[in-house]
Amino acid sequence: MSGIEDLYREIILDHYRSPRNRGELDSPPARRVEGFNPLCGDEVVVTLDVQEGVVSDIKIAGTGCSISQSSASLMSAAVKGKPVPEVRDLIRTFKGMMSIHESTLPSGNGDSGEPDAQVEVLEPEAVDVDSLGELAALQGVVKFPVRIKCATLSWNTLAQGLDETESVA
Amino acid sequence: MAQVKTEAPRELDVARLKKDFPLLAREVHGHPITYLDSAASAQRPVQVLDAMREYDETTHANVHRGVYSIAEEATRRFEAARQNVGAFIGAAEPTREVVFTKNATEALNLVAHSWGRANLQAGDSIVLTEMEHHANIVPWHILAAERGLTIRWIPVDDEGRLTLDHLEQLLEGSKLLGITCMSNVLGTLNPVADIAAAAHHAGAVVVADGAQSVPHLPTDVSSLGVDFLAFSAHKMLGPTGIGVLWGREDLLAGMGPFLGGGEMILDVRKDGFTPNDIPWRFEAGTPPITEAIGLSAAVDYLRSVGMEAVRSHEVSLTTYALTTLADRFGDDIRIFGPADPIDRGGVISFSYRDIHPHDVSQVLDEYGVCVRAGHHCAKPLMRRIGVNATARASLALYNDRADVETLADALAQAGAFFG
Repeated sequence: MSGIEDLYREIILDHYRSPRNRGELDSPPARRVEGFNPLCGDEVVVTLDVQEGVVSDIKIAGTGCSISQSSASLMSAAVKGKPVPEVRDLIRTFKGMMSIHESTLPSGNGDSGEPDAQVEVLEPEAVDVDSLGELAALQGVVKFPVRIKCATLSWNTLAQGLDETESVA
Repeated sequence: MAQVKTEAPRELDVARLKKDFPLLAREVHGHPITYLDSAASAQRPVQVLDAMREYDETTHANVHRGVYSIAEEATRRFEAARQNVGAFIGAAEPTREVVFTKNATEALNLVAHSWGRANLQAGDSIVLTEMEHHANIVPWHILAAERGLTIRWIPVDDEGRLTLDHLEQLLEGSKLLGITCMSNVLGTLNPVADIAAAAHHAGAVVVADGAQSVPHLPTDVSSLGVDFLAFSAHKMLGPTGIGVLWGREDLLAGMGPFLGGGEMILDVRKDGFTPNDIPWRFEAGTPPITEAIGLSAAVDYLRSVGMEAVRSHEVSLTTYALTTLADRFGDDIRIFGPADPIDRGGVISFSYRDIHPHDVSQVLDEYGVCVRAGHHCAKPLMRRIGVNATARASLALYNDRADVETLADALAQAGAFFG
C-alpha cells in the first residue's frame, strides 16, 4: 500500500486512535465554534480560551474520519499555549501546505457548511514544511484531493474562532 | 414490490456479461477493478456505447425540425427510443406518457413544478417517506415554502422498513404522496402498490422514485399503481444526461409547462404562447438525442438479459454478500436495512467497527474496490438510523461472488490497517 501510507502516516493514526485535548471547554467563557464538512458529514467543535493574547486552552469535539480527527488533534497540540499571532502564522503555513488543490475543490455536495473565515494562505512554494513539525505528516493528504477538506476543517474552524474572539475584544 | 416469479429464471452467465463492459477490464492501483457502486452510476455495455456512436456517425441532426432525410431519421429514432423505454415499464401510451428529462432529479422537479403549482394551495398537505432521496424531498420543500404546504412523513422502523400503522391517518386529506420504490441507502423494497392504493383512496396523487428499482426489477407501471414514475438512464446501463418521467396521460395533459423555450410550444406571439402537446410540452430546447438512443440500447440490453433473471441473480448475490460479510466480520460489521434479501435490492450499507466510512472506502480503493461513502443524499434517513455516513456496496448484473469476496478481503485489510 505505497500510496495510502503517504496518507495514513503513523503520527496520523496515533492521533486518530488517541486524540489529544478531546472534549469541550465551558462556553462561555470559552469561545465555541462548529465546523461541518457536508461531503462526509464530519463535524468538528472547537472550544478555545484566549487569555492576554495567548491561546491558553483548546479542546476538540465532534465526529469524523481519521484525517479530520487527527488533523484537529495535531492542531490542538500545536497551538495550545501559543500567542495568537503565532497561531495565525501556523494556520497560514498549514493551509499553504494544503492549498495546492483546495481552492479548486468543489465543497462537498454544494451546500458547504464550512466556516467561511477568510484565511490568508501562503503560496505553496513559500511553505517551510519543516517548520510544521508533526503537522508535516499531513502533507501526504495533498495527493488525495478529496480528503484535503477533511484536513483543513478544524483549521478553518479555529480561524473563525480567533476572528470571533478578536471582534469581541 | 418483489416481483420474482416462482419458476426459476435462467441463471446469468456473469463471466460473459462482464466482457460486455469495457471499463470492468481496467485495473486500479494494480488490482482488477471491483465495481460496487452501481447505485450511484452503473457501467455501460459496449452495445450502448456502439449504438450512440453509430447514431452520431450516421444519423445525427436536430429532431422535430428539419425536413431533410437525416433529420427525419433522427426524429424517428428519437421517438422510437421513447416508445421502447415506455414499453419497458409497461406504459399504456408511451408516445404520450414518457417525458425525457435530464435525470430522475429533474423528473421529480418537473412534477413538483408543473403538477404541484397547478394543484397545491396554502394549507394543503403532502406525504413523503423518511427514506426519500433528497431529489424527492427538496423540490417539495421548495414548493411547501412557496405555497404554505405541510409535509407529513411516513416513518422508518429499526430494520429500515416503512412503518404503515398510521398510514391512513397520514394520508387523510393529503394531495400527494412521494415514495421511493427502493431505498438508495438501505435497499428496502417498499410495498408501493399497496401504499399507492391507500393514497388513491385518500384522494392523493402518487409520485414514485424508481431510480433504484427500474434498473434492477421488472417494472410495470399499471400494476405499480402510481401516477408518476421517475428514473435515470445512467443507473440502468445507459448514459448520463437523460432521465425519464412517466406520467398518467390525463395528469400530464392537465399540467402546465416546465421550462420554456423551443420545442415546448405550438405558437408564440408577442402577447403570449400556446404550449405544445404532451410529452413535448415538457421538453424545452434540443433534447438529449444521442443519450436517448443510448438509453434505448440499454433497455434492449436489459430486456435481452431479462429483468426476472437480473432480479433473481441480485437476490442470490445479495444473500451471498449478507452471509459472507456477517460470517467474516460478525459483530464488527453492522449492515443496515432489511435482513431478508427478498425484501431488498442489492444495496448494502454498512458500518465497520468504528472506522469512518471515508477511511474504509479509501483503503478499499487501494485494492481496486469501488464503494460509496457518505450520506447518500438521504440525510433525514441518516438521522433516523443514527449515523452521519455509511459505506455502501451496491450490486448489479455484472457482479459476481468473486467481487463480494474481494470486498470482504479488502475490508479485512482496512481492519488490519486501522488496528
